[in-house]
Amino acid sequence: MASIKVHLEKCTGCTLCVKACAFGAIHMSERKAVIDMAKCTLCGACVAACKFSAIELEKSGGPKKDLSAYKDVWVFCEQKKGVIQSISYELLGEGRKLADKLGVKLCAVLLGHGLEDAAHKLGERGADKVYLADHPALKAYQDDPYTTVLVNLVEEYKPEVLLCGATTIGRSLISRVAIKTEAGLTADCTGLDVDLKERLLLQTRPAFGGNIMATIIAPNHRPQMATVRHKVMQEAAVQPGRAAEIISKAYPEETFASRTKLLDVIEELTNTVNISEADIIVAGGRGMGGKENFSLLEELAKTLGGAVGASRSAVDADWIPYSHQVGQTGKTVVPKLYFACGISGQIQHLIGMQSSKIIVAINRDPDAPIFKVATYGIVGDATEIVPALTREFKRALNK
Amino acid sequence: MDYLLTEQQAMIRDLARKIAQEKIKPVAAQYDESEEFAWPIMKILGESDLFGIYLPEAYGGLGGGIFDMCLVTEELSRACGGIALGFAGSALGALPIALHGSDEQKKKYLPDIAAGRRLAAFCLTEAEAGSDAASIKTTARKEGDKYILNGVKQWITNAGEAEIYTVIALTDKTKGIRGASAFIVEKGTKGMEFGKKEKKMGIRASATREVIFTDCEVPAANLISREGMGFIVALKTLDTSRPGVAAQAVGIAQGALDCALDYSRTRVQFGQPISSFQAVQHMLADMGTQIEAARALTYSVAKLVDSGAKSVSKESAMAKLFASDVAMKVAVDAVQIMGGYGYMRDYPVEKYMRDAKITQIYEGTNQIQRNVIAANMIKETLKK
Amino acid sequence: MNIIVCIKQVPNTTDVRIDPVTNTLIRDGVESVINPFDAYAIEEAVRLKERCGGKVTALTMGPPQAENALKEAIGLGCDEGVLVSDRKFAGSDTWATSYTLACAIEKLEAYDVILCGKQASDGDTAQVGPGISTHLDIPQVTYVKKIAEINDKTAKVERMTEEGYDVVEIPLPCLFTVVKEINTPRMPSLKGMMRAKSAKIAKWTAADLDADPAALGLDGSPTRVVKIFTPEARKGGEMISGTCDEVAKELVELLKGEVV
Repeated sequence: MASIKVHLEKCTGCTLCVKACAFGAIHMSERKAVIDMAKCTLCGACVAACKFSAIELEKSGGPKKDLSAYKDVWVFCEQKKGVIQSISYELLGEGRKLADKLGVKLCAVLLGHGLEDAAHKLGERGADKVYLADHPALKAYQDDPYTTVLVNLVEEYKPEVLLCGATTIGRSLISRVAIKTEAGLTADCTGLDVDLKERLLLQTRPAFGGNIMATIIAPNHRPQMATVRHKVMQEAAVQPGRAAEIISKAYPEETFASRTKLLDVIEELTNTVNISEADIIVAGGRGMGGKENFSLLEELAKTLGGAVGASRSAVDADWIPYSHQVGQTGKTVVPKLYFACGISGQIQHLIGMQSSKIIVAINRDPDAPIFKVATYGIVGDATEIVPALTREFKRALNK
Repeated sequence: MDYLLTEQQAMIRDLARKIAQEKIKPVAAQYDESEEFAWPIMKILGESDLFGIYLPEAYGGLGGGIFDMCLVTEELSRACGGIALGFAGSALGALPIALHGSDEQKKKYLPDIAAGRRLAAFCLTEAEAGSDAASIKTTARKEGDKYILNGVKQWITNAGEAEIYTVIALTDKTKGIRGASAFIVEKGTKGMEFGKKEKKMGIRASATREVIFTDCEVPAANLISREGMGFIVALKTLDTSRPGVAAQAVGIAQGALDCALDYSRTRVQFGQPISSFQAVQHMLADMGTQIEAARALTYSVAKLVDSGAKSVSKESAMAKLFASDVAMKVAVDAVQIMGGYGYMRDYPVEKYMRDAKITQIYEGTNQIQRNVIAANMIKETLKK
Repeated sequence: MNIIVCIKQVPNTTDVRIDPVTNTLIRDGVESVINPFDAYAIEEAVRLKERCGGKVTALTMGPPQAENALKEAIGLGCDEGVLVSDRKFAGSDTWATSYTLACAIEKLEAYDVILCGKQASDGDTAQVGPGISTHLDIPQVTYVKKIAEINDKTAKVERMTEEGYDVVEIPLPCLFTVVKEINTPRMPSLKGMMRAKSAKIAKWTAADLDADPAALGLDGSPTRVVKIFTPEARKGGEMISGTCDEVAKELVELLKGEVV
């Protein structure tokens, strides 16, 4: 069984570990760290925080496996109705960097039906190889056939890294594949890098509610799997004429069996403005004063080609549907430009938008926490400032 | 202050607080504005078993007492005194049945009230019988196995929304108050109608209407207790429920103080939060102290009522008088601390001030309460 | 219908404050609550019971105090609670967690539906639900926003997607992860809370499960934290002041490059 211990001779009593522990499990006794095993979850945060290697996490895992057969960086490329989703290009952009560092090939995995042309495009986006499984059962996403095919591919070709979008499809699929292939999986990575010596994927993600970053590895398992949210990575540039080797895979019919049956795919107009994909979000909160004032936000969003977001209190007051909610119980967004209008900036909201590149905050209360994360802050009434902004942007954009 | 509640009482208070803060507070201003009856909230209170806390377990209740009822009323009122009245008004209508009803009557009506499936209302006041409740004119004439009710009840809380009404009417006009009797009348009974909804200064989420009886036929089985017991039933009901009004007042006062305290910590003038100014601090200190005194008196009287004490008229009048005066004063001071913002309808504190006023008026004006208190005090000295 | 709902106890983020000096979470006085997303799973489980009859068992893996979450679930209408708790589970990542929960589910009597929240508010991974269904080798639908039809053989559900929703038919037994749109959770009831107070929660340790010890806790977890750091705090930037028109002009000038 795994255990954790403090090497007292190395402990300097610096208390870094106490601060690092998210579970309040460490206290100082006679200037030495003491771990309360009733609270400790063996998360390893203190081990990572200690500058003196005084805390050791002992893992009684089996013998180190031979992982040398695993190579290449794979990207699962999501398609809907035959169209490759932009998240896939973002992953190819990041995957290219990782593959170059590791000195291996970047391979795209594409599942669907009638995707010959789409597969060729992936070469222009930097893929060296494309593993293509083309079958009517793969036309639209279904858990069972997608899982079986991807597991088969992984077991046959043994990639060392497999990246996937943190989308509805990606999260459902990759979780299943990771269990079946006994791989380590890290969700929602915001940074990826490699440790060349151990050939480890260094996966950095927000932890414990988003205010601490953790770097996670899977030292003894392959492939190393990670999901990445939309807009976090740079899209791969198009290199016209660049071609990838297409490896078409055929499997016996039972590989495509599905216990679930997809009866219908409904697209809803209200959801067409997907806030997690928008580059510009104009969000409103309680300070907008009422439902009617949300039209001011829509006007600005329309002018800028962006989407309207909202804080939880605005959604709870029925000023705007839940699909627009940004924050902990809503969506996490990473736009280039985020306007927070009449949003005070509760921690639950900040978690969902603080990684935006530029944040503009407009609020009547100069002490509102939103100003602490804002790139630009304006103290004032959003219902007056937003229309003025719309006017000025229209003028600047010649609209 | 810690009132050393039992585990169950703390559970009741915490649940009421959760509902009040999560479900009522966000919609309080909206219902105040629209004057609609908050049925969605009543449904939540019903599903959470709160309507049954003070009713016996044998009739679907939780077997608690008026003290438990007060804990709930206070927490709900802290978020909205008007919505809280939907709950408290139903208790007022149910108490005559719970206190004086026959086993059949209790079996028939209390489980529905306890589950919140049906609300209750209490009908005593008339146009010419306010403080002078003995002047009621509504009559109930016996004909065979029925009583025929005629008359108009005024300012009835929950009227139109409730389905079970306890009505005080004269069965014998010649005997004055000794000729009054109490009846259960169900909504939908022929000859029973409702007047238009009153427009009020405060507690606007509460429904207030006339209840009009025109040759309304009520089965004789719906007579509560005996003929002539109507006033005893009414007075006992009001003595028992009055700590509930006190609790409503305490809740409103606490809600107003919560706003003022919050505001004073964040409002900056002359470069510092206004809570750092002694003028504001002293106001806050007085408000907090007065509320705690009102709460302590209310809780003590509620416990006295639950102990089965024979006469609680004086004490329950004291609790209602003191707590409602505190609510009014605290709400006015809360508006004052918030200054111009306090006067604006964008902020909730002016609503607390409007809501507080009714607690000094209904279920016996504070002037009548003082009469009752003094009369009881003098009576007690005569006994010595 | 036998329904299992998997829940997790998480820190209540409404209590979470950031230490302005160290920029770390202030955890003192932060209470533990049921993961907000699991509340929808509990409500849907209770509604399924009301719709089809049967029994709801709430299941959680966690420290001994996670028993409170199960009692709360019983107060909300669940019939029984099972706490899987052992030092041997410490350090579990999503792989080991879903394995442990799957082992616990196999020890329970036959089930028809397993419900999970779409993700936990502290980890945000959305991996444990699909992990459980994979370990159990049962079909799943994630991000369910409506259970339109259900009988003891199959269900027809709506899965939320980025563009709208899919209508999916699935045979039972199966697992659903649910989203906020699926329902509005009810408030606890006093009678339920009283029942919860006296309810006996089954407590299972690793020894009670038919599980491979090497697949539990840290040992069974492929992933490991190697570094923890506080992200560079976003600094409050520039304040723009002036009249409405002045600030609008200045801001548009500053943002011009971003909005082309």
